[in-house]
Amino acid sequence: MIKPTLGALAAAFVAAVAGPAAALQVFACEPEWGALAREIGGDKVSVYVATTGVQDPHLIQARPSLISKARTADVTVCTGAELEIGWLPMIVSQSANKKIMPGARGVFQPTDFVHLLETPASLDRSQGDIHAGGNPHIQSDPRNMIPVGKAMADRFAELDPTNAGVYHARYTTFLGNWQAALKRWQAEAAPLRGIPVAVQHRNWIYLETWLGLRRVIALEPKPGVPASSGYLAQVLEVLKKTPVRMIIRAAYEDDRPSTFVGGRAGVPAVMLPYTIGGTDQAKDLYSLYDDTLSRMLKALK
Amino acid sequence: MSVGTHAEPNEQSMTRSRPPFGIALMAAGLALYGQASAAPAKAAPADFATLQQQINALRGEYEAKISELEARLKAAEAEVAAAQQDQTLAPVPEANGEIILADTASEPAPAAVMPSQNAMNPGVSVVLNGNYVARSTDPSLARIPGFPMPDDGGPEHRGLSLGESEVTLGANVDPYLSAALTVSFDGSGSASVEEGFIQTTDLPAGLTLKAGRFYSAIGYLNERHGHNWSFIDMPLPYRAFLGGQYGDDGVQVRWLAPTPFFLEAGAEIFRGDRFPGGGADKNRAETQSVFFHTGSDINDNSSWLGALSYIHTVAHDRMTAMDTFSGDNGLGLATLVYKWAPGGNPAQRNLTLSGEYFFDRQSGDFNSLSASLNRTGWYAQGVYQFTNRWSLGLRYGALSGDRPARTLSRSALDDLGRNPRAITGLLEYDTSEFARFRVQFSHDETDLKANDELRFQYTVVYGPHGAHRY
Repeated sequence: MIKPTLGALAAAFVAAVAGPAAALQVFACEPEWGALAREIGGDKVSVYVATTGVQDPHLIQARPSLISKARTADVTVCTGAELEIGWLPMIVSQSANKKIMPGARGVFQPTDFVHLLETPASLDRSQGDIHAGGNPHIQSDPRNMIPVGKAMADRFAELDPTNAGVYHARYTTFLGNWQAALKRWQAEAAPLRGIPVAVQHRNWIYLETWLGLRRVIALEPKPGVPASSGYLAQVLEVLKKTPVRMIIRAAYEDDRPSTFVGGRAGVPAVMLPYTIGGTDQAKDLYSLYDDTLSRMLKALK
Repeated sequence: MSVGTHAEPNEQSMTRSRPPFGIALMAAGLALYGQASAAPAKAAPADFATLQQQINALRGEYEAKISELEARLKAAEAEVAAAQQDQTLAPVPEANGEIILADTASEPAPAAVMPSQNAMNPGVSVVLNGNYVARSTDPSLARIPGFPMPDDGGPEHRGLSLGESEVTLGANVDPYLSAALTVSFDGSGSASVEEGFIQTTDLPAGLTLKAGRFYSAIGYLNERHGHNWSFIDMPLPYRAFLGGQYGDDGVQVRWLAPTPFFLEAGAEIFRGDRFPGGGADKNRAETQSVFFHTGSDINDNSSWLGALSYIHTVAHDRMTAMDTFSGDNGLGLATLVYKWAPGGNPAQRNLTLSGEYFFDRQSGDFNSLSASLNRTGWYAQGVYQFTNRWSLGLRYGALSGDRPARTLSRSALDDLGRNPRAITGLLEYDTSEFARFRVQFSHDETDLKANDELRFQYTVVYGPHGAHRY
């Protein structure tokens, strides 16, 4: 007796505030997955991106705005492998949206479709901020966009069968463009092959693998544990014996450790966009890697 | 979840103080919940047709699994194809030649095979804390004139002590429910169930139901466990009006509106045995509450949360010190929270400002003498993390009591014309997001004699990584 009234009320409310909507409401945790969802979904999806390129995706506050966006989502596209463990579970449980609860088909995690590197042999918090499933920062290797894009097209098609053809066709187009871009980037990146580098946080393993960089050292003693000045002094000693060509860090990270060590060791400290919006130049998926390479190549000169 | 008894039409206290909106929400929620949980029960193989249906369903599932595997295989092939496009760029083995200082390398290893007996174990997290308290007055004599408080709401003992230790066991029960149990041990070792509830995960229309023992969602801080408080203790009005926080046995329904901004409404009914209620032994739920939450982003740097809450409690011969009280208590709370972090990146610097206003109306018999009081209170606090790992906090709280009828003058209800207030400063250092060390200083003018208090506290949380509330 009460239920239909409430339902009608809620429906009227939704119609009033939501207006005409795309077929799929996508809640993307990071800008790169938001961009990929737009590549695959086109105008059939409406994408909300929960973080900006200058935010650390490990540490996001479970803000009211995120909860209200998750409430109406049909699918979440979030990296997974525990990257968002400090905030996303709180948002999902408060969103009261069964479509995106753990185990639902509306949960799409790109790390499920890529072979993860740096899987820890043992799990203990004394190791710092380690991720049980492996290193989650897969977007730094653009080749990973292919399996993720394919799986995303399949998942969108499953969730929205009416537009299945659109998603698959858009994936095929994307695949063609992306393979051309990969060819171009790999040619451009030839001078970077095999160079020794230092990283501020261990979030570049996939970039290192793609470009064949040789990681000599990280500027944090353990993942997610900020370096003390004593530790940085030890790093400088190592860099005297084993010089590196550059120290790379993500746009969202504090610049002090890499500029400090870079200044002392006479090595360029290079800020990379890490994701779309990390730098002004990294405007979309393509320019993300254009800018990443151009910044590294510039530092090499 | 035998909540049926609460809906008896002749239970006047229910209908008097809880808005029909809450009842409607709860009834609708319960009805929907019944549907959701009834579905799996139908699976009993009554006849051949159902068996056939089950087989079809299984087949569908397998087909879905196989097509997913095919998709993965194709994706893997695509990845390999892309990798082979340029033969000169074969991947370099990971962690190749990296120099690790004072650290054991994380070598790639096969995923640990879990013994099947443990595979479904709930997440276990443990909170430990330790305190040192020094204060200028004797805590056993502490009181706030005009605000009688329960015996367990008093200040902590002086000296070194192990604080309240907590163990939480949480997991999904099945596709429809999750559950959590928090057992807390006080310093002397006696255990109590702090929270123990089941919660729905599969209701439609933004509804969530919760049943069991839990902290009420009124206000901003009430729902938080001690290890998530911004200061070592609760603000003055929480202590005076709720004896710390209100947690009781009951049922809660929440509804999150499908609006582009955050809007949540909820209602609760509780047994009513906790302060400011007490002595509940009737069929009805003696405590009822409603709450509304809203909030949004202001820009990339800042966001806010607002809340209005109301809780009604009934006391039957409630004892505070040597006094008894029987009657009604209505408490309203208005909440505003503001958070700031440069670029929305709280790792280095962030600020949280929050404030709540309390309005309390109490009427009944205090030591068999008629008493009617209007009391208010408020607090405002700010915590600023000025650099990675370090925070400073400042809090001010005040109460405004009432003067009861002359027959009760000089009793515990008489505020003696005073305005209790307290100011608190905090310095915090976190070794990681799982451990913190605090030093807190308070100057407290709530009692007849001012009290200065210095506290040290450590708090650690270990177990699965918990997600943080706003």
